[in-house]
Amino acid sequence: MAKVLELQGVSFAYDRRLILEDLNLVVEEGDFLAVIGPNGGGKTTLLRLILGCLEPVRGSLSVFNLPPRKARHLIGYVPQFGEFNKDFPVSALEVVLMGRLLPDNLFPKYSAEDYAAAYDGMSAVGVRNLADYRFGELSGGQKQRTLIARALAAKPALLILDEPTSSVDSRVEQDIYELLTQLNKKVTIIMVSHDLGFVSSYINKVACLNRKMVVHNTGEISKEVISELYRSSVEMITHQCQL
Amino acid sequence: MTEFLVALFKYGFIQNAVLAGLLSSLACGIVGTYVVVKRITFISGGIAHAVLGGMGVAYYLGVDPLRGAVVTAILSAVLLGLVNLKAKQHEDTIIGALWAVGMAVGIIFMSLTPGYNVDLMSFLFGNILMVTSPVLRVLFFLDLIILLVVATFYRQFLLVCFDEEYARLRGLPVEFLYILLLCLIALTVVILIKVVGLILVIALLTLPAAVSGLFSHNLSHMMGLATVLGLIFIMVGLVVSYNLNLPSGATIVIIAGGCYLGALGLNKLYLFMLRRKKH
Repeated sequence: MAKVLELQGVSFAYDRRLILEDLNLVVEEGDFLAVIGPNGGGKTTLLRLILGCLEPVRGSLSVFNLPPRKARHLIGYVPQFGEFNKDFPVSALEVVLMGRLLPDNLFPKYSAEDYAAAYDGMSAVGVRNLADYRFGELSGGQKQRTLIARALAAKPALLILDEPTSSVDSRVEQDIYELLTQLNKKVTIIMVSHDLGFVSSYINKVACLNRKMVVHNTGEISKEVISELYRSSVEMITHQCQL
Repeated sequence: MTEFLVALFKYGFIQNAVLAGLLSSLACGIVGTYVVVKRITFISGGIAHAVLGGMGVAYYLGVDPLRGAVVTAILSAVLLGLVNLKAKQHEDTIIGALWAVGMAVGIIFMSLTPGYNVDLMSFLFGNILMVTSPVLRVLFFLDLIILLVVATFYRQFLLVCFDEEYARLRGLPVEFLYILLLCLIALTVVILIKVVGLILVIALLTLPAAVSGLFSHNLSHMMGLATVLGLIFIMVGLVVSYNLNLPSGATIVIIAGGCYLGALGLNKLYLFMLRRKKH
């Protein structure tokens, strides 16, 4: 299995305040990793390190065996949402096309290939029919799917999602997790989440993060006993989170 | 109206005023759209008022005030851009400081200049009827720069305005693009000062785009409609002010403001009817 992400003894601090301490983690191709932990535990900081927006103070971090900055084109990122201007005049298709934009693409013209990739992304998440709608008019779940389509339009090998269900109701939440499970057949996924309950049945690795990180494999457990065993494993994680 | 048309063919200064209206509506339609969607009206106000400082100094030194305006506008745009990126927590205080200090510097230098300062009022409230041919050439040139830059970076600006964090993660030079956008605003402010004066600049920068935003589904449509609306506001304002012998800048702004209120009302009414239809 190819290594998608590798962290070796990674630490990070803002000024003198240690945010992340000695993280070790390997994510392999096809994994579905959930990073959970309390607010302020360093989840967003970890994502920024992986995306190359921050540099670790100690340790090393590689994405597809490359420094994170150079691997950006291989990553599809879905930011935490809720901050979008409702009145922004932009169609869902235009939002998805943003995933195709590279820093040196000047002048307002996307190629046929860009459109094809955008439509592929929208079809994959079931919002192809919403292409011409104004983004601000979409429901919470449709917005989230459109943002996932935008990430997919970049044809990523790794999909990273920051709290993808934080602003949708629980029915939509389940839809989105099922969608991610479908996508996981083709692409490695790392997801930051605050709630473990729903996540449990879809993921194969859990990283519990609160300055320090503890990684659990859940894929080793057979499906028949998963609920039984998982309950105790959840408690164990919860316990270890209180570092 | 006929009176105005007769004057239009008779007097060069009215023709210049119409051309100046055309050039400024293009600038305020395009750049104003960014101001409205990115919600940076306050920054634009800061730049507009800081410009008075540069104009005052230029006036004192005997240089063309328009030149002082361009330099100060660009300088304050870069400064406010850096503040937004490096010291965001103090941003509104710094904008307020720049706003007030710029005006104070302008007023002091104007009062130091010997002679009677008839121009101060025209800086503050503008006078579209006093636009000369050399000024028109400068306005045309500034418009051209704005059009070229927006055409080149249209998609980049869209992404930065819509989702700055995502733009950064895609490796876009967000800092550069943001400061470039503020510089475009600075140029637009300079153009608009000639038409409505710096106190009323914010109105022309935001009102046409805000009305247009209610009816547009994408950014380029919003720019086009805002340009047309800006032109209508300016022309109607010009005609009304000419006929009633009112100050042109203030009349233009009153008309723009009235249309904005009207459009908001219509929009609310439309949404209300839509909801009732559904039930």
